[in-house]
Amino acid sequence: MQVPLSWLKDYVDVDLPIEELARVMTMAGMEVEAIQVVGLPMPEGEKHEFKISGLSWPEDKFVVAQINEVLPHPDADRLILCKLDDGQGERTVLTGAPNLYEYKGTGPLDKPLKVAYARLGSVLYDGHKPGWELTKLKKARIRGVVSDSMVCSEKELGISEEHEGVIILDDDAPTGMPLAEYMGDVVYTFEVLPNMVRDACIVGVAREIAAVLDKPLRQPQLTVPVTGPSVEGQAFIEITDPNLNPRFVLGLVKNVEARPSPYWVQRRLRLAGTRPINSIIDATNYCMLEVNEPLHSFDYDVLVKRAGGKAPTIITRSANPGESLVTLDDVEHKLEPYTILVTDTAGALSLAGIMGGLESEVTPETNNVLLEAANWNFINVRKTMKADHLSSEAGYRFSRDLHPELAPKGVRLGLDRIALWSGGEIAEGLVDVYPKPYEDPVVEITGEYVERSLGIHIPIEMIVELLTRLEFECRVEGQTIFVKSPDHRTDIGRGVIGKADVLEEVARLYGFDNIPASRIADELPPQRRNESLEREERLRDVLARLGLQEIITYRFTTPEAEERLVPPDVKLPPVDYVRLANPIAADRTVLRRTLLNQMLEVVERNVRQRPHLALFEVGAVFLPIEGELLPAEPRRLALAMTGQRFLPAWDQNLKGEMDFFDLKGVVESMLAELHIEDVTYAPGEHTSFHPGKCANVWRGDVLLGTFGELHPLVKERFDLEKAPVLAAELDVEALLRQMPMRFETVPVPVYPPVLEDLAVVVDEATPAAAVLDVIRKAGGKLLEGVFLFDIFRGPQIGAGKKSLAYSLIYRSPDKTLSDKDTKKLRKKVIYMLEKELDAKLRS
Amino acid sequence: MPEQDITQNQEELLEKLQQQLSEVRQTGLDLLRTLQDEEGLQQWRSNFLMRRAVITEIMRNLSNLPPEMRPVIGQAANKVKKELEARLKERFAEVKQAALTHSLNSERLDVTLPGRKPQHGGLHPETEVLREIYQIFAEMGFQVYRSRDVETDEYNFELLNIPAHHPARDMWDTFFTTKEGVVLRTHTSPGQIRVMREFAPDPIRVILPGMCYRYEQISARSEIQFHQVELLVVGRNITFGDLKGTLNDFVRRLFGREVRTRLRPNHFPFTEPSAEMDVECFICGGEGCPVCKRSGWLEILGCGMVHPTVLKNGGYDPEVYSGFAAGMGPERINMLRHKIEDIRYFWANDVRFLEQF
Ligand SMILES: [Zn+2]
Repeated sequence: MQVPLSWLKDYVDVDLPIEELARVMTMAGMEVEAIQVVGLPMPEGEKHEFKISGLSWPEDKFVVAQINEVLPHPDADRLILCKLDDGQGERTVLTGAPNLYEYKGTGPLDKPLKVAYARLGSVLYDGHKPGWELTKLKKARIRGVVSDSMVCSEKELGISEEHEGVIILDDDAPTGMPLAEYMGDVVYTFEVLPNMVRDACIVGVAREIAAVLDKPLRQPQLTVPVTGPSVEGQAFIEITDPNLNPRFVLGLVKNVEARPSPYWVQRRLRLAGTRPINSIIDATNYCMLEVNEPLHSFDYDVLVKRAGGKAPTIITRSANPGESLVTLDDVEHKLEPYTILVTDTAGALSLAGIMGGLESEVTPETNNVLLEAANWNFINVRKTMKADHLSSEAGYRFSRDLHPELAPKGVRLGLDRIALWSGGEIAEGLVDVYPKPYEDPVVEITGEYVERSLGIHIPIEMIVELLTRLEFECRVEGQTIFVKSPDHRTDIGRGVIGKADVLEEVARLYGFDNIPASRIADELPPQRRNESLEREERLRDVLARLGLQEIITYRFTTPEAEERLVPPDVKLPPVDYVRLANPIAADRTVLRRTLLNQMLEVVERNVRQRPHLALFEVGAVFLPIEGELLPAEPRRLALAMTGQRFLPAWDQNLKGEMDFFDLKGVVESMLAELHIEDVTYAPGEHTSFHPGKCANVWRGDVLLGTFGELHPLVKERFDLEKAPVLAAELDVEALLRQMPMRFETVPVPVYPPVLEDLAVVVDEATPAAAVLDVIRKAGGKLLEGVFLFDIFRGPQIGAGKKSLAYSLIYRSPDKTLSDKDTKKLRKKVIYMLEKELDAKLRS
Repeated sequence: MPEQDITQNQEELLEKLQQQLSEVRQTGLDLLRTLQDEEGLQQWRSNFLMRRAVITEIMRNLSNLPPEMRPVIGQAANKVKKELEARLKERFAEVKQAALTHSLNSERLDVTLPGRKPQHGGLHPETEVLREIYQIFAEMGFQVYRSRDVETDEYNFELLNIPAHHPARDMWDTFFTTKEGVVLRTHTSPGQIRVMREFAPDPIRVILPGMCYRYEQISARSEIQFHQVELLVVGRNITFGDLKGTLNDFVRRLFGREVRTRLRPNHFPFTEPSAEMDVECFICGGEGCPVCKRSGWLEILGCGMVHPTVLKNGGYDPEVYSGFAAGMGPERINMLRHKIEDIRYFWANDVRFLEQF
């Protein structure tokens, strides 16, 4: 919505500084997005709360002037010389404005042309360059004629992009008056809130400002006397469904003549963002911008002809199957049953509330205008606009629900403006069919309700006074105020909703900033922990502590992207995704089922940035469930590591690429830090991982997740370096469920440990975990710790064998162990290893 | 043996021992002076004072001497021993001091060389800011309530007073799924209904964090997925003043104790009255800078009193209960505080960005 200040001032007296008015509008719910200064002095200072642009017209440089005679240029056909009076004397000005050609060489003008005149040294926009480039008027000689000033176009003055010719001002413009004083303006642009469509017009904005500033609002007045015969019998209305079309109003004006509107009308329309067309169309647009009711003008004679020479009947109905209509913009629309049509006995005329049809549109030749204002079901209008991607000023308003009372108001003003600017006689009366009157809600509120909601006591009289300023009708009975919504808005509901709606208006006018802040006095709710979040955050901390960097990735992906997680020759059964009906990009069509793909994409992106990468992500995946509307959203944990094990320093450079056991170390430490004990690792089968370098993590029969080195064929599908890529995906729900509510500590030992090394030779196929198991079992309680410190293979121990070297720590909680004690333990360990695993002690 | 011989022998012996002591003393002291390190001094101690030292030998053999000689030699040996010990102690101190002085004077590191970096991980900046928000609200008695990302149209819109084809629906560009009536939540507000239905009729004080989705072209300023944190308070006596007070307290803890705020009227279908809270730009102090686009204000959160329809849909009688809600974007807070100029950084996960936090 663009609001020219000069127009606003027709309805309310405001003389606030430019930015102060923007602040008032903003604090009333009309958040000003931009201020365009058109001629008036620019606000000073560095700090501007609002985005301000535009051009000022200094009083000594820009004035109203009158052209007394237009002469041809002696040497150039396309240039003319204007003899003009700028209030200080006669000047000759060179111009090429095509709209002055018609006066060339016609001698002194009977009626001087009033123009916007810029003197030497003026700064204005260059009309010949695209965009908005400032230029300074200098003295120049063009084809032998000296030029040091100019007659301006709208573009040069920053009013609009119009540069077809110079501005011809209205005849009553006072010669010599500073231009800024005559027509300087400011345009405020703001976005109309969805519930404030009443402010999509200048009177609406003025009403809000008047209410805030406590000033009177002047309503637009009718100016042309009604002289024509009654409209009765000249047109008929037939509404088939009052729910779709609660009201329809027609007025008639005859013997009009479409011409250019007065300049001030054109300027206002342009400043408000509408292109002037001719005095009839401009009048309908002007009234819509003024009071919000979109008007539609039919060529009356076309309708009569369509009705076979009789008075036309306007019929409103929903579209029939297969029906179509060509709109003003020459586009054919296939219509759906929810579309409401304005038709006559010969067929469709326009898309109700959105756009007129081509045939019955007024033209420059139109003599008689039948003017329509109606009220439409906003949902149907919205549906049609959405489905057909239509947008129009009328549709914008009707799709936000206008009050039916605006229709007769709009038609009367429209007829008046048409007659004012296009001539003609207004027919007496209106054809007004109103089968579904809108009942303005009456809401009951009390001072106590206002106080309980806002936290501040506002006296009843003040509440009434604030609401009255917005034209609510208030009646007080005891402690209750009966508040009737005014007939220009439909956003006030009924019952308890209406109360909240009215409360909002009280708070808004009272000023949110005037309501004192308080701390919640109400009782605290019962305390509930959020264990899932607490544990998840703990998991994040543990992983960060273990040296991993957290990432958060897109939850969008494609099935094809996730297919990269298996080797190309492996075909997995198809899986179901949460699919987007309206994906925004080809690579974001579904929600992910795994974190691994995005994890690897992030590794891809970073692998050349850092010699050592260790990343994790905790987040949801989305798994559709057969027969359920909504998918499961379990959380997963992904880990990835690749690159050098150690960070290089200037005095050391320990080489070594991370492998399976670096990742396993992280998994082990993570589980230990979460106090998840008795975890087992077993060879895993997972298509993403190397079949020999993949493990499942189990706790009892609960699978916590799988990790391993990326399968070489999977790795090839990503742009990665040579180093192995280790990755894991774990089930966060399962993992965090295993976290104990509490854990116990053991006392710090008092007696010294006995340390001992033990190397055993076993078959290559014997897993280290089995050896460890036997040692633990044999060592019993006195065996405090076992650490594998070396693995050896070689001819000394024979082919197909490996030697595992362990450090054992024996300790008793009650005494210092003797040599005899440890010897006995050692013997038992060795015996058990031999017995269970056929292991040989390596000497 | 004749008496005289014995006497003479004794005198010779005495002289010899004294001579020996004197030599030991002299050699010891001479040597001690030349020693410059602790190791030498330890060696010297073992040579001159310990088990195999001459003095120890003499003292050990005292009992073999004639009784009358014993005190003389004993005292003499003791005196030498004491002297040597005292000198050793002094020497120890001197050597230690010298070593210290040497160390302090000669060991000079190039302190400008870089340190050895320990390997460490880190949290995503969004996790950090979310936790900060949780923490501040936790201290005000708010608990965290999370709900699902994929929602029904009913929870995401209808129950929040946003019926189909309502003008307010234009405020959200929604991702629809191929399942009829299933959308990606456009805000965390569906959680408001879920938490109310779960906890009614208890009073409620929760924050609702989570990832939300909007159908928008991705650019430096807008993303298709983003975090939101909403708060919801429901009780019998919750006022607009409480809304202001709670949010003021929150933004002052987040941005600075003195920061000014203002509420601008706005419209959200699920609250009424609705407002937008601006805080005074904490970078320029309200004087105007590029971050606040010279306005002195930063738009931080939307808020309002819970709409009666929403209360009712949540199972609370709007005639008895009232409440307020507010919502904010943690990414925006991060961007403002850390001068992040491109919102796409958050999900791009470039470690060169992440490591800066
Ligand atoms: Zn600033």
